Amino acid sequence: MTATAVTEPTPTRNAYGAALVELGERHSDVVALDADLAVSTQSIKFGKKFPDRFFNVGTAEANMMSIACGLAATGKVPYCSTFAIFATGRAYDQVRLGIAHNQLKVRVCASHGGVSLGEDGASHQMIEDIALMRAMPKMQVVVPADYNQAYRATLESYEREAPMYMRFGRPPTPAVYDEVPATLGTGIDVLREGRDISIFACGHMVWRALAAADMLATQDGVGAEVLNVSILKPIHSEKVLASIGKTGIAVTAEEHRVVGGLADAVRQVAAEQHPVPVFALGMGDEFGVSGTGEACMEHFGLTARGIADRAREALLLKQIVSHPPVRGD
Amino acid sequence: MSEPLPVPEEFAFLAFPRFHTTGRPKPPLAAVDSSPTVAELERYATILRINCARMVAVAKSGHLDSSLSAADIVAALYFRVLRHDPANPRWPERDRFVLCKGHAAPIQYAALAEFGYIAHEDLMGLRNIDSDLQGHPDMRRTPGVEVSTGSLGQGLSMCVGICLALRLDGLAETARVWALLSDGDCQEGQTWEAAMAAAHFGIPNLTAIVDYNHLQTDGTTEEVMDTGDVRAKFESFGWQAVEIGGHDMAAIVETLEWSRGRERPVAVVCQTRKGRGVSQMENRFGFHGKPPTPEQAEQALNELEATLARQTAAIELAAEPRKGGGRR
Repeated sequence: MTATAVTEPTPTRNAYGAALVELGERHSDVVALDADLAVSTQSIKFGKKFPDRFFNVGTAEANMMSIACGLAATGKVPYCSTFAIFATGRAYDQVRLGIAHNQLKVRVCASHGGVSLGEDGASHQMIEDIALMRAMPKMQVVVPADYNQAYRATLESYEREAPMYMRFGRPPTPAVYDEVPATLGTGIDVLREGRDISIFACGHMVWRALAAADMLATQDGVGAEVLNVSILKPIHSEKVLASIGKTGIAVTAEEHRVVGGLADAVRQVAAEQHPVPVFALGMGDEFGVSGTGEACMEHFGLTARGIADRAREALLLKQIVSHPPVRGD
Repeated sequence: MSEPLPVPEEFAFLAFPRFHTTGRPKPPLAAVDSSPTVAELERYATILRINCARMVAVAKSGHLDSSLSAADIVAALYFRVLRHDPANPRWPERDRFVLCKGHAAPIQYAALAEFGYIAHEDLMGLRNIDSDLQGHPDMRRTPGVEVSTGSLGQGLSMCVGICLALRLDGLAETARVWALLSDGDCQEGQTWEAAMAAAHFGIPNLTAIVDYNHLQTDGTTEEVMDTGDVRAKFESFGWQAVEIGGHDMAAIVETLEWSRGRERPVAVVCQTRKGRGVSQMENRFGFHGKPPTPEQAEQALNELEATLARQTAAIELAAEPRKGGGRR
C-alpha cells in the first residue's frame, strides 16, 4: 500500500478526496463530477489536479448523474460526488436509468451520509440512502468504516465493473484499521471474535460497535463478535452465517433507517438460511434534527452504549431461543 | 431472433413478408458519394412510418403518433446527416444519435432495421416478452442505441456527457451528438439543467432537435403546461436556436447540416404534427400511447402505402441519371 494510513480520527470523505487523486494519476479514463459541493465532498482535490477531467455542474444533481451516464457510455469511468440525500434522493431516477439499468461503470460517491452530518438538519441528513441503493437492481453498495478503509474502497472501486454506491461521512471518525487494508475482500471483516452475540456494524457505527463489545465484556461478561460490513451489497452470506451460526443471536448497527439497510441485509440471509433473532439499532420512523454531529448521534441513540443496550435486550431473548420452554407435559 | 414471433391473428395481414425496405446499399454513410435527395428522404420517411404502424399495431402497445411526428427528422438524420457505420456500431468517430423522447422507440427501431443494426423481423417483437426489442431504447439490448432513455428530461444530459467524453478524446470536431427531444422533455427541469451545462461547458458538437407536436397525454401542451416559445428558451440559455417546419424535409436537411458547423450548441425546434401521415391521427389528441386497433391499422397502412406509391412514382417520373457527389 502506497497510501499513508491515519491514526487520528479523520473523516472518510477525506479519504475519498485523496484516493480519487491517486486514481486520477493511475488511470487516464477516470473523470470526476460534483454538484457545487466539491469542497465538502473533497472532490476539489481531483478538480485542481486534473481540471480537464473534472466537471462541476452546479446544483444540478440529476444533470450530473445523467452526464455521468453519457461519459461512461463513451469510455470514461466517472466518479460523481454530492451529499447522499441529493445523490440517491433527488437523482434516484437518473442513477437508476442511466447508470444501474445501463450497468455502466459509474461510482456514485455520496458524502455526508447519516445524521452525523449535524447542523444542516433533516433536509440534509440522509438516512434512507442505503435502502434505496440496495433495492436498486445492479447497484453495489459500499460503506467504509474509517479513513483507511475508505481509501482502499475508493481505489479498489476501479477494479470492479458494476455500478457502485459508496457512502462517506462528514465528521472525523476514529480509525478502525491500523493500516490501509490491502483489499476490502469479502466486504465483511471479523474485527473481534466472540461466542455470545454477533454485532454487525457499518460505517460510523463500527468503532462504536467495538466500544460496545468492550462494555459488554467488562460489565456483563459477554463475548461479543464484531463484524465490519463494508460491502452491504452483494453481502457475503457465508460470513454472516458463520457468525450467527456460532452465536445464535445478532444485533445490527447503522447510521441509517432500520428499514432496508444493514439490518435487512443481515436478516435476509438469516431468515432464509439460519433463522436467528436479529435486533436492529438505527433510525426509527423519524427524520434527523439540527445539532452537532455528535449530539445528533447521541440524540438518536446511535452510540456505543446504544449498541450495548440493544445487545443486552437481544441476549434476554437468547435464553429463550437457546433453551426453548418444553411444551405440554 | 431465429424464429419469427407469432403475430396476433387479427393482425395477420401485417405479417412478414409485407415489409417495405428502402433497399439502399449499406456502406458507412461517410463513404457514400451520393446522398439521397429530399424526395427520396420523404419516401424513406414514409417507409419508416409504415413500419412503425405495423410494429405498434402488432405489439398492441406503444406510441405510434409520437413516432410518426418524428419520422421526417429521423429519416433525415439516419439517411443523410448522421455519420455512422452499421458494420461497426461502436466506431469511435461516429456521430451519436440519442432518442431523448424514448417512447418514440419505434421510429428509431424502424431506422435501425433499414441499416441492418437489427433485422426487420425483429420489429414484430416490439415490447414482447420473448423479444429483445424494449418499449424504450435499451443500450444493452439493441445495437445502435447509444444510451437507454424513456424517462423524459434525462437524454439531453446524457448527450452533454457524451460530448464531454468526446472532447477529452479529441473527437469534438469529428463526432457530433444529435438529441431528439419531445415537448414533454422540455417540461422536465432537467432538460434545462443540461441546456445550461452545454452552454457553460462551451460544447460545440451538440444539436438538440425538438419534435414540438404540441400534444401530450393529458391534452395539448398549451392546456396542460405551456412550453411556450421553446426556441427562445434555448436561446436564452446561450444556445444558437432556430425554428423550422418539422415536416419540411428540405428545411430539415439544410438546418441540420448547417448546425454541424456551429461552435455553440444548437437547438432546432421543429413544429410538427403528432400522428403525421395518418389523417385519422394527425394532430388529434387522444392517441398518445394508444396502439391502433386492427381497423385503424389497416386504414393507416392503406393511407401510408398510397402515399408511398405516389412518392415512388414521382421520383421515377423525375428520374434523371443519379448525380454523384451530393450536397455535403
